[in-house]
Amino acid sequence: MSTEHSEVWVTGIGLVSSLGEGLDAHWEQLAPGKTPSPSVDTESQAPFPVHPVVDFDISTQIPKRSDQRQMGQWQHLGTYAAGLALDDAGISHNPDLLAQTNMIVAAGGGERDLDVDSQIMETLAAGDVDDPGTYLNNTLMTELRPTLFLAQLSNLMAGNISIVHGVTDSSRTFMGEEMAGVSAVETAVSQIQHGQGELFLVGGAYIAERADMTMLWEFGHTLWPGKPGPVWERKDSDGGMVMGSAGAFLILESKEHAEARGARPYARIDSIAAGRSSRKGDAAKDMAAGLLETIADRIPAGPLPVLTGCCGVQPQLNEELEFLKNLSEKGVEPAIRGVTTVLGNTLETQFPVNVILASLAISRGAFFDPFDDSGVEQEFTGEPEQVLISNWGHWRGESLALVDKPDTPLRGQD
Amino acid sequence: MSHSTKDHMGRPVVVVTGIGIVTSLGEGKEDNWNALIAGKSGISKISRFPTEGLRTQIAGTIPWKGDGLFFPPEHSISLAKKSAVEAIEQAGIGSRGSFPGPMFVAVFPAETNWGQRMVVYNSENGGESKGYERLIKNVTAGDFSEYYRMYQFGSVAEHLAEEFGPTGLPVSLTTACASGATSIQLGAEAIRRGHTDAALCIGTDAEICEEMVVRFTLLSALSTQNEDPQGASKPFSRTRDGFVMAEGSATLVLESYDSAKARGAKILGVVRGIGERADTFHRTRSKPDGSAIVDTINRSLADAGMAPGEIDYINAHGTSTPENDKMEFLALSESLGSALDSTPISSNKSMIGHTLSAAGTIEAAISLLTIEAGVIPPTINCNEQDPNILMDVVPNVKREHAVNSVMSNSFGFGGQNVCLIFSGEPA
Repeated sequence: MSTEHSEVWVTGIGLVSSLGEGLDAHWEQLAPGKTPSPSVDTESQAPFPVHPVVDFDISTQIPKRSDQRQMGQWQHLGTYAAGLALDDAGISHNPDLLAQTNMIVAAGGGERDLDVDSQIMETLAAGDVDDPGTYLNNTLMTELRPTLFLAQLSNLMAGNISIVHGVTDSSRTFMGEEMAGVSAVETAVSQIQHGQGELFLVGGAYIAERADMTMLWEFGHTLWPGKPGPVWERKDSDGGMVMGSAGAFLILESKEHAEARGARPYARIDSIAAGRSSRKGDAAKDMAAGLLETIADRIPAGPLPVLTGCCGVQPQLNEELEFLKNLSEKGVEPAIRGVTTVLGNTLETQFPVNVILASLAISRGAFFDPFDDSGVEQEFTGEPEQVLISNWGHWRGESLALVDKPDTPLRGQD
Repeated sequence: MSHSTKDHMGRPVVVVTGIGIVTSLGEGKEDNWNALIAGKSGISKISRFPTEGLRTQIAGTIPWKGDGLFFPPEHSISLAKKSAVEAIEQAGIGSRGSFPGPMFVAVFPAETNWGQRMVVYNSENGGESKGYERLIKNVTAGDFSEYYRMYQFGSVAEHLAEEFGPTGLPVSLTTACASGATSIQLGAEAIRRGHTDAALCIGTDAEICEEMVVRFTLLSALSTQNEDPQGASKPFSRTRDGFVMAEGSATLVLESYDSAKARGAKILGVVRGIGERADTFHRTRSKPDGSAIVDTINRSLADAGMAPGEIDYINAHGTSTPENDKMEFLALSESLGSALDSTPISSNKSMIGHTLSAAGTIEAAISLLTIEAGVIPPTINCNEQDPNILMDVVPNVKREHAVNSVMSNSFGFGGQNVCLIFSGEPA
């Protein structure tokens, strides 16, 4: 990918996570010299710890109670974070801009009614109904709330963003765990670079404190049942991931469009490379190495800040770490930060979160201190000009992205 | 490659070189087409699970041939493989397991089915615990790796990627009932921006189970005319009372015109125009003035560089819900004006039912077959057309009619609307 087409600027950010709400709150915890302290919940999904999202006041972004009632926690978080991003970019309440804002949401699904599920499971397992099929039908018909389906449907996060915030150009919802977030940003970037839209709202939300999701990940025995410490402490173990809640949306905009309306960038997305390997043998490492070749000419030698979404599942953890360490063969000295150490795996939101954290570091002119003392994470001093993002799915998908500093005054440096 | 053949906006021309279809009417283009022009219905009483207690007991299911418990993602994958193999073979593109472009899969959002949930619950590891605590204890102690591989949101596309080997990340997508059209839109856009010469666009949805029927019932979306399953889906009729859920899959192979010509591939049609506009009104209803749908249709015409009078036939969204069919007529009247009076429109859903995530792909496929055959499939069950819907809905009997350009509409819950225009091969 080259920059002979339109440059893609990050001109708006909405972020709510276990660290806090908004860029300032995140910088207060992540700036050099600070020690991040995310919220941790070791009870609700025990024995698996999760990072819950901090409290947020939905009424500030979703003022109508009628709208609030149509959503669950997951859609609340996404619709809220999308509103923060639209506000931040100066798009909210501007009908002309909203009508040309394209949306790509990276989504899972909404909550189930766990009480109804439990009631049905207990009754069916006890074997004391004559006709289990009829019992299931009758119970679902009488106990499920009609609005629950709308709160569950994956594309209804986008639907709610259109309804609540008035975003009305194209609307697509991508699914597929971590890689949904990669594809969403990759597609928006490619569309902007090639003139298929100038303004995009891209992101998603994930709620970790959900037993139905805990069950799904534990189908694959992928969760980490211990203390939620640094991801690199799982290097010499069977591994596992700690999930984290986050709502994260980006406003991506062509340079020309941003300049015409006087919007300043936090950072620029230079390139994204993504693919899917079988994960057999060295397939993932080979895929990542191949992706690296496609953007190698964009990556300078010397110290380079690297944000990885490495989630802790093995053997992917050790494979990705080996790949990152091999960057030294290209003359790159990677200063790796394991983002899941502080935020957990925020799944569909993880790649947008990493783009946001890269933009934060670039716009504030400093990179984060190492998140642990495992020795994996090296110091980085000075102003980051580029940040490399490495994002592998816990199951499938490998990706790399380069976020850099455009040649223009940045947001947040006033 | 350089693209010498551009459309009116200077973009590479996008063509279709492969089509595959599986519905309750049959497997493959030929069986489906013969059933469609014969006016057959694929709707029947549901036999997959007991329906006592359900207000809707009919659907266009495709028999599940797997072992044991119904496993929805496996059914969706299996149908998608059939339609994709048919489309790829027709296109003669790539080699086995290596499709030379990205893949976009419209698929229903994943959800662990009741059968599998009870298997987990009834395994022995959880001791006396109950509810989700028991489920989690049981999965932690047991081997449910197959569920892990099948119940993720990216599972269906991942299995298809493993089979067909597209480039880049497989994209799973949903825009509710517009999903299938969105998959074609994403493929066409990727070709138009020169990102690829080919794209594999798949829609698949084969997940009819108890809870799905209940959920749509609670939204008052389904027909309850159980006594006459084949007559229940009656788009544009006065007595229509909801849609009939159905299963199916279709695949289109899209290519740049130049790439298809260079390969000597047969061109089945051209993706002429794409329009989209999100609605802001309500989660399950369009704006009362239809303005978002009107804009969607107008944008597709502008994108195609066509006038309303150049559309020879409209493949309707035509769900058979009171709301959709009324709004579709209103929007078409507004967009096409007097040209609508002389443009036939029919709903494939009268025969196939509503295949949800797959509907946009299936109906795009049928739109292309309509161009090829010069025959319009009817809207069946139209014995008493809604007097407020003043359109030529091709009632009950197929019609011979030269069709060069087709408009195919898809409108989803959540306000996601897509309109596609296909034409025959340029002379």
